[in-house]
Amino acid sequence: MIIPQLSIFLENKSGRLTEVLEVLGKENIKITALTVADTSEFGILRLIVSDPEKAKSILKQHLFTVNLSEVISVMAPNEAKYYAKVLKVLSDLDISVEYTYAFSRGSKSIIILRCSNNDDAIKALKDHEMDLLNASELYKI
Amino acid sequence: MDRDELRRVQSGRLIETVERVYFNVPYYRHKMQERGLGPEKIHSIDDLSILPFTVKQDLRDNYPFGLFAVPMSEIVRIHASSGTTGKSTVVGYTRNDISTWSEVMARTLTAAGANRNDFIQIAYGYGLFTGGLGLHYGGEKIGASVIPISGGNTMRQIELMRDFGSTVLACTPSYALFLAEAIQESGISRDEFKLKAGVFGAEPWTENMRREIEEKLMIKAIDIYGLSEVIGPGVASECLCQEGLHINEDHFYPEIIDPETLEVLPEGSMGELVFTTLTKEGLPLIRYRTRDLTRLTREKCKCGRTLVRMSKCLGRSDDMLIIRGVNLFPSQVETVLLDMSGIKPHYLLIVDRVNNLDTLELKVEVDEAFFLDKISQLESLSKKLRDTLESALGLSIKVTLVEPKMIERSEGKSKRVIDKRKF
Repeated sequence: MIIPQLSIFLENKSGRLTEVLEVLGKENIKITALTVADTSEFGILRLIVSDPEKAKSILKQHLFTVNLSEVISVMAPNEAKYYAKVLKVLSDLDISVEYTYAFSRGSKSIIILRCSNNDDAIKALKDHEMDLLNASELYKI
Repeated sequence: MDRDELRRVQSGRLIETVERVYFNVPYYRHKMQERGLGPEKIHSIDDLSILPFTVKQDLRDNYPFGLFAVPMSEIVRIHASSGTTGKSTVVGYTRNDISTWSEVMARTLTAAGANRNDFIQIAYGYGLFTGGLGLHYGGEKIGASVIPISGGNTMRQIELMRDFGSTVLACTPSYALFLAEAIQESGISRDEFKLKAGVFGAEPWTENMRREIEEKLMIKAIDIYGLSEVIGPGVASECLCQEGLHINEDHFYPEIIDPETLEVLPEGSMGELVFTTLTKEGLPLIRYRTRDLTRLTREKCKCGRTLVRMSKCLGRSDDMLIIRGVNLFPSQVETVLLDMSGIKPHYLLIVDRVNNLDTLELKVEVDEAFFLDKISQLESLSKKLRDTLESALGLSIKVTLVEPKMIERSEGKSKRVIDKRKF
């Protein structure tokens, strides 16, 4: 249920994001999800892609600072109350969410979460019969 | 004093200095013996060029007191240089040295037009740095009213400058400009101040900067030069003609050398300034390489002084940077980076001058192995790096984390510093 995610360190400079995507595009890497966290000086680009190991080595060859991190994914109806419910399950057990992002497909939301302890989070969400996605399911969306 | 008489004085003093170091400083004795030299080989100032050079590293190698030529019981004051690599350079003064220092500083202030009726506001730092106390003793020597306010606290500087009626300001040129702007912003009318002159040094500054200071503060801005190893401020200073700095050559004998071949260059050539102290007792130095680049002229000045003059120092023959009066070697930054996890020792230092104050920025690469997808981690890394550097360098610094591609790689000499300041 753990999903590998690429984290790429980026300076806040125009054109950097484009470069990352062009490099990956040339190797036919498919992107399932993308988000950027930024401060005034730098940003972290987070990507869920079809072949994370390959994508990582391509980016390394191009001298990007890149690492693989682990996230989990839940599918839920795309209404705020369901998102809230997912988060409440975790907060009730003192599992903190370091960051989260989501996208919609039809009437469904696909929620990505990085928790203080992903394994505990998976267990908690399973206990509450949440619809957890594994990596291959996510890539097909 | 005419130049022939001066030369006789210099020759006599050089002979005494060489004897003093030969018999009292093992380092100099060994160095001279290796070259088959003894005090008997020195008959006049013309023999200076056969003596070996001294460099900053020699002071560090003999840290703290190894080059002192008198017993510690004779030393009445110790200063140390700011932010140098590893150990700081330590200098010691005997009672006579303090008196010489006061004398040359009195000359400096007199040449700037100051006298016993003046109020001298000393906004140089007091402490181990020689700026504050150097000016202080000179000010007292000429009988002026000395205001030892030390550096910083700009609002208080302005308040006392107005309330006490300071007539002479002593500080770094960049701080003078900063003060000038703070005065403009404060809205206090220039008429409420009595300032007429400033003696500025401890960092390189341009003629443009001088004009700006003079216009904004409506004063005469005088350039002064010194380094703690030689004595501190008071080695050389401008007169009101502002056409080069008169070197107090009866105490500090200057030479200009080619920094590559080490040959003495003829008068008027640009090269590295070298000093031999002629009267110092605590820490006499033979042919000390300052690394400052300048040229000399022995032509008589319009003011009537016959002392040799040096032009404004505008460059260095090593990689040392002077930022807000603090010495900085890129290697100091490297040492901090090598000790810290989370970043790679690939870096670039960018020095600039914004609103007349020097700024220092470090661009450094994040180490992939420690890059863990968290903004908070990167921010704390950058903060920790900034805090460590600031305490190691004694300078505020902006830290920017960059991608590996942004810093040029090369096997040999890589460019570590970009100095955007214009001198």
